[in-house]
Amino acid sequence: MAVGIVGYGTYLPKYRIKAEEIARVWGKDPEAMKKGLGIYEKTVPNLDEDAATIAVEAARSALRHSGIKPADIGAIYVGSESHPYAVKPTATIVGAAIEATPELTAADLEFACKAGTAAIQCCMGLVEAGRIKYGLAIGSDTSQGMPGDVLEYTASAGGAAFIIGERNLIAQIKDTYSFTTDTPDFWRREGQEFPRHGARFTGEPAYFKHVINCSNKIMERNELKPKDFQYAVFHQPNGRFPVKAAKLLGFDQEQIKLGLLTPWIGNTYSGSTPLGLARILDEAKGGDLILATSYGSGAGSDSFIIEVTKENERRRNPTPLQCFIDRKEYVDYAIYAKLKGKIKGVVLEK
Amino acid sequence: MTKGLATHWRLMPQRYNLIGTHCKNCKSKFFPQRKICPKCRRTGSIEEFKFSGKGEIYSYTTVCAPPQGFEYQAPYVLAIVKMKEGPFITAQIVDCKPEEIEIGKKVETVFRKVIADGSSGIIRYGYKFKLRD
Repeated sequence: MAVGIVGYGTYLPKYRIKAEEIARVWGKDPEAMKKGLGIYEKTVPNLDEDAATIAVEAARSALRHSGIKPADIGAIYVGSESHPYAVKPTATIVGAAIEATPELTAADLEFACKAGTAAIQCCMGLVEAGRIKYGLAIGSDTSQGMPGDVLEYTASAGGAAFIIGERNLIAQIKDTYSFTTDTPDFWRREGQEFPRHGARFTGEPAYFKHVINCSNKIMERNELKPKDFQYAVFHQPNGRFPVKAAKLLGFDQEQIKLGLLTPWIGNTYSGSTPLGLARILDEAKGGDLILATSYGSGAGSDSFIIEVTKENERRRNPTPLQCFIDRKEYVDYAIYAKLKGKIKGVVLEK
Repeated sequence: MTKGLATHWRLMPQRYNLIGTHCKNCKSKFFPQRKICPKCRRTGSIEEFKFSGKGEIYSYTTVCAPPQGFEYQAPYVLAIVKMKEGPFITAQIVDCKPEEIEIGKKVETVFRKVIADGSSGIIRYGYKFKLRD
């Protein structure tokens, strides 16, 4: 039986900071930063939001869309690089908050920006093996960027949840393929507040090598070409990398336009590719083919070939992602610094 | 052991999912939960009831001098919400400025961090409300 997406949900915090406001504080040319990174603004979580609250909101939205009973969920995997606890799972908080506990398995995943798609693969395996009826895969983050670092312009917050099953699919996952190596392009050591990265090293040997290889391999083994897809979404660490990756692979701008969200919401890390995919599903029609390729530093990519079913047109998501993109209020750098706990002496007990 | 750990754990269904109770006999609904119906007494029959999380602002105040743990959120709105099903509930209204609040405005529940027991203690999640779009 086919495996795929039964329902999905998304969540973005309300607050935004503009790239030029960050550039103003650090004495950078705002136009050069915006153009260089392909970013206009990013989401900022409120003081009482974290990867768990975002995951819960996305999961509740996915449940409303799917119409399934929470007790039928046999597995919850939450991918994030900003789990609120070092030890104590986010997945159990989600399980309790959607009333799916206690008869299920649950775990947290971490793989930089691709833990959300890894969660989808875990659920697919259990569903295909007949071990569970539905799996809930979530990518959710409130990511960190060191003040003044280039990451500060993009590291944002948001998440998406997908219910994976075999019946009543809005989209069938026809294939998944992963490409993984040991590449130290971005990391955060235990106890450290901010991640570090290899600057230009994050490009060719890291992001592009994995995204390009993974996407090409999955297309090759399914005898598909870029022109066969209506949509494509690639991990979006900034607004430029996915555009370049699409060009290198032979996709045109029309195919990636809908799922390209980073210029307006920033890089939501584990939520990045899942949110781009959700944005596409909000509008995709039956028969549309989607290529989705995530990327997580460290490093690896997960590719998916997804065929949208007619059910997606009959059962549109009642809370499309655009609702969250449009719901926004700007904050200045001072408020942003407070909300992110970046002011010395302010202990937010996050 | 962290103070109130077991209490928080016991109250999770209420705090996470607004699980109250209702009396099957007189249909009265209760939040927080009651074990005995004050109207029907011995003839009442209490069972769990999940509230929808939808309601309206019955009254509110703006907290400018917050208690410990809420210092950095001030000024924030604390409201009495009249739930669609009847009972009143006191909760924070998030993602809005105090001037956006009016009595009668529609609200719905959101899942948020309420308070943490310091930076090394447990994080207590629960219900808050936001204005409905």
